[in-house]
Amino acid sequence: MGMTITQKIIAAHVGKSVVEPGELVLVEVDMALGNDITAPVAIKELKKIGAQKKVFDKGKIALVPDHFAPNKDICSANLCKVMREFAYENNIENYFEVGQMGIEHALLPEKGLVVPGDLVIGADSHTCTYGALGAFSTGVGSTDLAAAIITGQVWLKVPESIKIIYKGKLKRWVTGKDLILYTIGQIGVDGALYKAMEFSGEAVKALSIDERFTMANMAVEAGAKNGIMEIDKKTVEYVDKRAKKPYTIYNSDEDAAYTNVYEYDVKTIEPQVALPHLPENVVPVRDIENITIDQAVIGSCTNGRMKDLRDAAVVLKGNKVHPYTRLIIIPATQSIYLQALKEGLIEIFIEAGAVISTPTCGPCLGGHMGVLAKGERAIATTNRNFVGRMGHVESEVYLSNPSVAAASAVKGRIVHPEEVVVSAI
Amino acid sequence: MLYKGKAITYGDNVDTDVIIPARYLNIDDPEELAKHCMEDLDENFINKKTKGDIIVGGKNFGCGSSREHAPIVIKVSGISCVIASSFARIFYRNAINIGLPILECPEAIDDVDEGDILEVDIEQGAIQNITKNKRYKAQGFPPFIIEIIKKGGLMNYAAERAGSIE
Ligand code: SF4
Repeated sequence: MGMTITQKIIAAHVGKSVVEPGELVLVEVDMALGNDITAPVAIKELKKIGAQKKVFDKGKIALVPDHFAPNKDICSANLCKVMREFAYENNIENYFEVGQMGIEHALLPEKGLVVPGDLVIGADSHTCTYGALGAFSTGVGSTDLAAAIITGQVWLKVPESIKIIYKGKLKRWVTGKDLILYTIGQIGVDGALYKAMEFSGEAVKALSIDERFTMANMAVEAGAKNGIMEIDKKTVEYVDKRAKKPYTIYNSDEDAAYTNVYEYDVKTIEPQVALPHLPENVVPVRDIENITIDQAVIGSCTNGRMKDLRDAAVVLKGNKVHPYTRLIIIPATQSIYLQALKEGLIEIFIEAGAVISTPTCGPCLGGHMGVLAKGERAIATTNRNFVGRMGHVESEVYLSNPSVAAASAVKGRIVHPEEVVVSAI
Repeated sequence: MLYKGKAITYGDNVDTDVIIPARYLNIDDPEELAKHCMEDLDENFINKKTKGDIIVGGKNFGCGSSREHAPIVIKVSGISCVIASSFARIFYRNAINIGLPILECPEAIDDVDEGDILEVDIEQGAIQNITKNKRYKAQGFPPFIIEIIKKGGLMNYAAERAGSIE
């Protein structure tokens, strides 16, 4: 029996030629990631056992203050301080101070810190994002992170895999975000529980790397342990520009085992929207009538990259945000911010009446920079629309791609981008 | 490692909110916290459990939030081991990481009744129902997981490997 890409990467990090699904293994990690919420908890654990200076490899730990940074209040300032002091004391090479940082899952690949074949753990559930580059990456708890910081190892259960094949050509306005929302709508929020979600097919190959990150990012929203993709020319091109280390390409064997194989024809897929309060409540945007919105957010580790900002700009150019709506745009990293500036996107956004924030998770988790009041409704390019996710428990979040969010900001209600960009092809 | 105790049985989807309700999460002391273990599912749990007892659950045990408090209160309550048909992914990790022995064994779940005396061998994945004179087979754990559980959790295990215990 052959192995999946996920099995192969895990096997390589255990030092075995074969691992089977269900097997519990102790693996060597190439990178262990923490943020301003989860790293301080891990650091506290390390202090308890007197191991706060026992970092296994200062080049293989990444610490990113992104959730509540720049410090939103005194509590978050203290958390960031704990992490900063730990980083300085241990000479952590990949600590990214405000001014250098970005949202962790956009930042690490951009800095070339994750490459194909890597095994990465992060004390953040969306660590699965790096699967887009053919790496195995998964979210863990703070205790796991603490142990990995001092041993360089983590234990894992080798997951079974499901394969999702996307056939055909995408319609205009349809993106990787729509494919993943559609998929979660089909299989449900526990449709991939414990498992690896392997995305393949010509439609995935046609996607930009940015959109592939979006898809892998939301694998956890279907309960998956990791999302992963084949490596192709686009991946290699992306990685070669950035990689700080050599990498290994793994691909699934033809006779690898999958517990399920789903096949979707993307021709018929429309831009999707997930209604409150679960990412599986997915409908085509055309089916939504007269849902007014108070706020639109374009950003997050799901959709805060260049492709996303460009898509939003196409819709916003020459248009104005509806007077009853706030549009908040958050480039995911400093270099995305700078590139958007150079391309004139920031000007388009400001002229349309949007506010631009420095990179941060901010409103995505109801932290800061756009928290919702009781009864308010938002459309967001983020990944979770759980009860109270963006603020008050009686607020609502609708999830969509950036073009839909931008068009909805212009109209003040959830609309198809066609309603705003009439002249487009 | 052998664990022997009487079975306390529950159904499917025992979530982390009933294991330890969120309203108690501001309590820092594990012993205090453990006074509320299972409170929202089984008020009587605190009175009926004795040291070494074994919780037997159904499918998806420990689903819900990622709070490590959930396996901690079970462990601090004196429960020696949890057996279920399946565990939610994060609870599974957290239980092992804090040194609470767990086993997945659908076969045992259908058969065990409350009060049965069980003997569990974690290394072998063997469960013996002494009351009913039956044996069930679960998957055992590899040596390093056994080591983590024996050391009382991942941090102790990791500390030793990193040579940091003074
Ligand atoms: S942007 Fe949102 S989902 Fe992504 S890491 Fe930040 S809080 Fe989590």
